[in-house]
Amino acid sequence: MSNRRDFMGMALGAFTGLGALGALYAAKKTWEPLPSVKAAGKAVIDLSGAKEDVLNTEVWRGKPIFVMKVSKKNPAYKDNRLVKVGNDKFFIAIGLCTHLGCIPTYFPDKGKFICPCHGGQFDAAGRVLKAPPPKPLVIPPFNVKGTKIVLGEEGEEYKKMKAAKLV
Amino acid sequence: MAHFDPNARPFSKKWLNERLAVETLERVLSTEYWIPKNINFLWAMGMVLAATFGLLVISGIFLLMYYIPDTQKAFDSVNYTIMSQVGYGWLWRHIHGVAASVVFLIIYIHMFTGIYYGSYKKGREMIWISGMLLFVTFSGEAFAGYVLPWGQMSYWAGMVITNLFEGFSADFMGGALNFPGLVEWIRGDYVPGQAFIGRFFMLHVFLMPLVIIALIVLHFGALRIPHVNNQDGEEIDFEAEAEKWKAGHRKESKVIPFKPVFLSKDVFVLGIYFLFFFYLVFYHFEFAMDPVNFDPADGLKTPPHIYPEWYFLWSYEVLRAFSKNPGLVWFGFAQVIFFLLPFLDRSPNVAPASRRGPFKIWFWLLLIDMIGLTILGKLPPVGIFTPIGTTFAYIFIALWFALPFITKMEKPVGGK
Amino acid sequence: MKELKILAVVVFFTLVTYWGVEPYAHSQMHKHVEGHDFTYQDINASGVKGDPAKGKNLIAACAGCHGIKSQGMKAPMDAMGASAAYGVNPPDLSNAGAIFDEKFLIAFLQNPAHTAKAKPNFAMPPSAASAQDAADIVAYLKSIAPKEVSPKEAYVTACGRCHANSYGKWTQIGDIPKTKGNIKTGNDVALAQFKINVAKYQDKLADYMGKLPPDLKIIARARSKHYLETFVEDPQSHLPGTAMPRVGLTKEGFEKVYAYLESTGDPSKPLREKTGPIVLGFFLIFTLLAYGWYKSQWKGLK
Repeated sequence: MSNRRDFMGMALGAFTGLGALGALYAAKKTWEPLPSVKAAGKAVIDLSGAKEDVLNTEVWRGKPIFVMKVSKKNPAYKDNRLVKVGNDKFFIAIGLCTHLGCIPTYFPDKGKFICPCHGGQFDAAGRVLKAPPPKPLVIPPFNVKGTKIVLGEEGEEYKKMKAAKLV
Repeated sequence: MAHFDPNARPFSKKWLNERLAVETLERVLSTEYWIPKNINFLWAMGMVLAATFGLLVISGIFLLMYYIPDTQKAFDSVNYTIMSQVGYGWLWRHIHGVAASVVFLIIYIHMFTGIYYGSYKKGREMIWISGMLLFVTFSGEAFAGYVLPWGQMSYWAGMVITNLFEGFSADFMGGALNFPGLVEWIRGDYVPGQAFIGRFFMLHVFLMPLVIIALIVLHFGALRIPHVNNQDGEEIDFEAEAEKWKAGHRKESKVIPFKPVFLSKDVFVLGIYFLFFFYLVFYHFEFAMDPVNFDPADGLKTPPHIYPEWYFLWSYEVLRAFSKNPGLVWFGFAQVIFFLLPFLDRSPNVAPASRRGPFKIWFWLLLIDMIGLTILGKLPPVGIFTPIGTTFAYIFIALWFALPFITKMEKPVGGK
Repeated sequence: MKELKILAVVVFFTLVTYWGVEPYAHSQMHKHVEGHDFTYQDINASGVKGDPAKGKNLIAACAGCHGIKSQGMKAPMDAMGASAAYGVNPPDLSNAGAIFDEKFLIAFLQNPAHTAKAKPNFAMPPSAASAQDAADIVAYLKSIAPKEVSPKEAYVTACGRCHANSYGKWTQIGDIPKTKGNIKTGNDVALAQFKINVAKYQDKLADYMGKLPPDLKIIARARSKHYLETFVEDPQSHLPGTAMPRVGLTKEGFEKVYAYLESTGDPSKPLREKTGPIVLGFFLIFTLLAYGWYKSQWKGLK
């Protein structure tokens, strides 16, 4: 066994590895969401007909979105996680528990959300009242346009909330 | 009782040897798996086939992620989703389609190599038979896969091939070999439809690959005891020659270890093969991805010319040369006769055809006849093509009937 | 060298087989149709010179059925109404002057069914009293034609009212609209309504043409460019008796249409052409390295 022999075998092996990386790159692209999925990443929600303290569930990117016009008498009214649209304040959040992704149920009489999976609780601004959820319900990227709100777009207000680490 | 050293470090060589015998395995399967030195590049076709099967499996996995086995959605899931939406989906499909065609070219080269050098006798019968079983399962696998994109050729191939199972006509032998219900049973419908696509999808992605993998293991295993043949059909004492190699007499020994010496040549041949293969994938794929199959399946309109993929054409031409009943007989004959080769060849000689007298002529006639049948199988059955096709079919049959007599008369040739 | 001789034998028989089952077999299966670069040699040039100003005054004859959006002229009927009346929606003429052949159009206006080699029930009636009138109208259409027509616009004008292209999201009555379903029920009434309209249109169209013209979503892979070119130039040359009319595209107009067909039918072509050399280059180096390894391993063995 001369050195050259080993060297050639190893050079070939290394070069083959390079090709395998190329194939893995193609495989990774194959595994990505399709363009049609990405293109469907925006949803427009009309808030003009919303009733106070009544929870509406919309869908964006396949996930439930909680939308609720919060009344002045609701204890969460002053919370800075609410979104101001016109003269009203709205609670907008992805309706999946930040613990393990179940959908919390809203109890209007108690004014809070309770997760059926592990008992986590949130108030009407999405803040955690009871563990295990580690953080408030996530606010999706939004852009307020008149009485409508576009999900999947980062508007001015969202950027401010994001900077304040409220989302 | 096995002996385990309590002090061996977990996952160290010793630890693994005691549990999995890794070094013994490596020795038996590669570094002391002896191959004759007297070979040419045709001996690399097994590795080329294994690599092509690997390409089919890998590309198939990605296609499987997006393909929908549904008569309404299959065509678009392939031609829209996979071909234009999925990242590199077109690449997987081109690789899959081209490999499915090229794999048969290599199989045929592999087969004719075996026939030419007599690598199917004197202890090598099971290699040949397991190889033929692989050929048949690959054929089934190719047919099942061809149906899936649900284009015009998929549909009409499904229609025509399943109709073969109707058997002989009802007036033949009182209808004893006529199975009118069998066709519907295979299809699960009166015509190829949803049930058909569902079951052929299952066969293509699960059952047949499973059988193929098992047969590949059998095929490799069958090589182990008789060892690989060589260019002169010489009987080699592998143990004695291996000792020579191990003693350092590399030049005098008639054998080489699989790894790294035989492998280095295999990989070089693979490199050339991949250049050819990927040239086809990127620039010359129509032969394997028939344009007609880019028309969606239409059960009310047969395309003006229908023909199987090229690798089925020779047996299709044998079927087509005769009327229905004899056509089926000779078609069945063509399917099984290759299995019998080790027993029809009555000569004790294991030698290249060039040294075997009449067998040499037989070999080249068979090759030319089958290429002729292949070409005629694609040509429209009109005019002069029909009698020529029939003649080639008769020659094919006659060659096989002549084989035992030709080889019986053959004179023994001394090994080199 | 022996191995090269063996390789030559293998390559020879492979190429003979390939030649037999591909080029030769296909030459026997399909008749060869010679293209004429959209010169329409059977039509005699009128020899008259058109005046766009006069043509503008005559355009009312066309506007009874056709719209000219670029000039603010709406079609008198929408696609549904037109299909109920004629079996097919007449094309908007905004781009007609840019993609159709002048000589063809002048003849077509005087004698549509004959010029298009269409069936006698061809929806378009003779619409110009003389060659001069026809030439004037065509001159006008050319004067309003945009400099640049996109591939899709060319397709829509020339093919799109009979042929859907579902991979391009095109139906015979327009693009598939972006609609939003009812979140509670999952129903999308607007889309369902659109689909009903497409179905009604297609039924009328099939009555008019004798069958539903095929969706051209992937025709770029199903037929060669030469086939499509000669077929569009004269459908009768490939399919005698077909109801498809000769539409009278210019060579440039056809190239636009083909660009659209390729964009929906073979969109991976650009990336395929980019990736090919990289992969082949990789295997070339791979083979050279493997040759080095092989030579080093087999040194002194024979």
